[in-house]
Amino acid sequence: MINPATANSKNIILELKNIDKWFGHVHANQDVSIQIENSTIHGIIGENGAGKSTLMSIVYGYYQADKGSIFVNGKEVFISSPVQALNYGIGMVHQHFKLVEPFTVLENIILGAETGTILENSLQSARKELKRLEDDYSLNVNPDSVVGELPVGIRQRVEILKALYRGANIFILDEPTGVLTPQEVDHLFKILKSLKKQGKTIILITHKLREIMDLTDNVTVMRQGRVINNKPTKKTNKEELAELMVGRSVLLSVNKKDKKIGRKILSVNNLSIIDEKNIEKVKNISFDIHEGEIIGIAGVAGNGQTELLETLTGIRRINDGTIKFHNKTFDNSNPINAKEIRKNGLAHVPEDRQRMGLVTSFSANESGILGYQDLNIYKGKIFLKKYAILKDMYDKFKRFDVRPANPILKTSSFSGGNQQKIVLVREMDQEPELLIVGQPTRGVDIGAIEFIHKQLIELRNKGKAILLVSVELDEVLSLSDKILVMFDGKIVGKINQKDADEKTLGLLMAGAK
Amino acid sequence: MLEYFTIFSLLIDSTLRIATPLVFAALAGLFAERSGVVDIGLEGKLLGAAFAAAAAAAITGSAFIGLFAGIICSVFLSLIHGFACVTHKGDQVVSGMAINIFVAGIGPTLALAWFKLGGQTPQLSGDARFSPLHFPGEEIIANIPYIGLIYSEILSGHNIFVYLAFILIPIVSWIVYKTKFGLQLRAVGENPEAVDTAGISVDWMRYKALIITGLLCGFGGAYISIAQNAGFIRNMSAGQGFLALAALIFGKWKPGLTLFACLLFAFTDALQARLQGVAIPGIGVIPVQFIQALPYILTVILLAGFIGKAVAPKASGIPYIKER
Repeated sequence: MINPATANSKNIILELKNIDKWFGHVHANQDVSIQIENSTIHGIIGENGAGKSTLMSIVYGYYQADKGSIFVNGKEVFISSPVQALNYGIGMVHQHFKLVEPFTVLENIILGAETGTILENSLQSARKELKRLEDDYSLNVNPDSVVGELPVGIRQRVEILKALYRGANIFILDEPTGVLTPQEVDHLFKILKSLKKQGKTIILITHKLREIMDLTDNVTVMRQGRVINNKPTKKTNKEELAELMVGRSVLLSVNKKDKKIGRKILSVNNLSIIDEKNIEKVKNISFDIHEGEIIGIAGVAGNGQTELLETLTGIRRINDGTIKFHNKTFDNSNPINAKEIRKNGLAHVPEDRQRMGLVTSFSANESGILGYQDLNIYKGKIFLKKYAILKDMYDKFKRFDVRPANPILKTSSFSGGNQQKIVLVREMDQEPELLIVGQPTRGVDIGAIEFIHKQLIELRNKGKAILLVSVELDEVLSLSDKILVMFDGKIVGKINQKDADEKTLGLLMAGAK
Repeated sequence: MLEYFTIFSLLIDSTLRIATPLVFAALAGLFAERSGVVDIGLEGKLLGAAFAAAAAAAITGSAFIGLFAGIICSVFLSLIHGFACVTHKGDQVVSGMAINIFVAGIGPTLALAWFKLGGQTPQLSGDARFSPLHFPGEEIIANIPYIGLIYSEILSGHNIFVYLAFILIPIVSWIVYKTKFGLQLRAVGENPEAVDTAGISVDWMRYKALIITGLLCGFGGAYISIAQNAGFIRNMSAGQGFLALAALIFGKWKPGLTLFACLLFAFTDALQARLQGVAIPGIGVIPVQFIQALPYILTVILLAGFIGKAVAPKASGIPYIKER
């Protein structure tokens, strides 16, 4: 904790004192106090639902605190709207960008900050100002590009520009790296450092420990709506932060023994997939998966991974090439039947669990048997065996640490991580020969990630095959035995895990090789 | 040659007349949908304005008071739509449809109660109607071949509403693309969150757009009952509100293209009126029912296949609810 007596000697630009916020019965923020020093990068770290985003929403005026006070430059302020926050120099870069896609960068920047009725005047003065900001911060954004056509990394810079244009001094960034490639992350970090050098203050909300260690000067850890600790980043380390976040010690690296691979389970030969818009999404790819190995597919989202997964699981048609699973060969004229192939030992954890993995309006036990409802343990002659299902689900939920372990609740009332566990236990419990799993830990807390990773490794150690697709590079790196990199529908790299590192993979993912 | 040209001129002449309410309604719809509010209640607003205009004109004998009453009625209906869909985040299609049904019933009912003419208003004449404007020197120029026809049939002799509708196109374009209001309007229909975080009230923007929608529908409806026709009769808008909505989609929510679509629909309508009972060489007389169906068949074909990718304003139809 920063001692109030010494705090005065530091230059505190933003101070939160005893902030409290309730949403119905949820105590989202509980007596939160944080001091943020001028021209530093301050990290706020915590699991999903720890209250980070709520706290920041209070700071930039989206919500109002029930109790507590906010001081900017030592003066108490009451922030009732985002516009007012900007008046105090507080700007926000949202996790989901608030940009109008068909508009140009320039139009987006002046929206709400127009100088008069006629647009042209505002556009011209904004163009000049933008040029100056460009020169100062080297953001590399063309003001006349249409935002909808820009890559995510550049859209984010537009958000930063928007805040700069409105005169922000304090920038709040909410999970800014979730959607970026490693190269884009590097560029963002460079921009943030140059903002800091120019005297701006940055608040970085994240659940990624590495970002905190690389970038921040001070860090605040939050758990269950409370501040657990405030520290200079130099005086802490990843392990300590993880423990503070979760409230128990966490194993950050995956323990994995070498294992001899067995028979070939799946072999993909010269596979091509064309989507509904007649675009070739997967271009002539080939690879094999054996028993007892995890093949990881790395790549920025949208480079054909989704289509590949959907084709392997029988949701999408093969256009060219063959897929061989066990002894059966599938191709364009002999498509994979999703139900058939599941019976033959292929299980699928889809990328988008809420849309494809679960029916969120079903109760958890109904979601937990989806696709397996015909198994004899679940199905009687006419009706489902309600009691047997509930009992089985309760056991499974206990085993997979689904919280709460109550299969009667509605699926949507579980948190993202627990929903994912429901899907995982459903698919993994049948001990499939091949598990195809997309984004297993997207939006999942660090504690649950640890658990899911352990389960996947265990399945591999039992001699089963796993195909893992993830945009989280760390995850692919730590779990896979072999890594394939997809870019623009092609496999641009096949690397053994031992020879892989983040930089090489990052370059491959960006299509630089 | 001159004979065909005469037919052509007359066709264009009636196209312009028929297109006018479509243009008003389509532009009205443009404001609503650009702001993110789907408005299938255009039909009801046209009809409501037509009734209010005719009723007020019949009682006061003044076309201008009629027009004013039409606008008031239409804006009021628009505000009801706003209250249901913007303030209370209701379903926009349901609310629009409710307005259509409500107006279709209440108009003739009130007419019956007030005028006792079986659900109509009395025939209007004189100052109670807007009459065509005639340009100076029409008789003299009319005798010159071709140019005379163009001047007297196509340019001159229309109602003030017809001219107003066409002047509106560049004005609306300017408002939508060149002003601050237009920028915010387009933004609120695409991404209301961006507008909200920029410090502009989403609800107030949508109300402003809906008021303009009501205003324009008021003009369109008044034209139908006290300019194009001479009084209100049951269901006299005859689906033009829906046709305007189709024109708006066909025009990709852009004023110029929307005008083109309105003219196209109006032209097929004018054509069908002309083709009724006319023997076409080699085919003979085509049944009237088929010819009358032409505009609608065309609409279906155009909407189904020929317009390419029409991308609606992204937030259109979705009530804006601030996320928790």
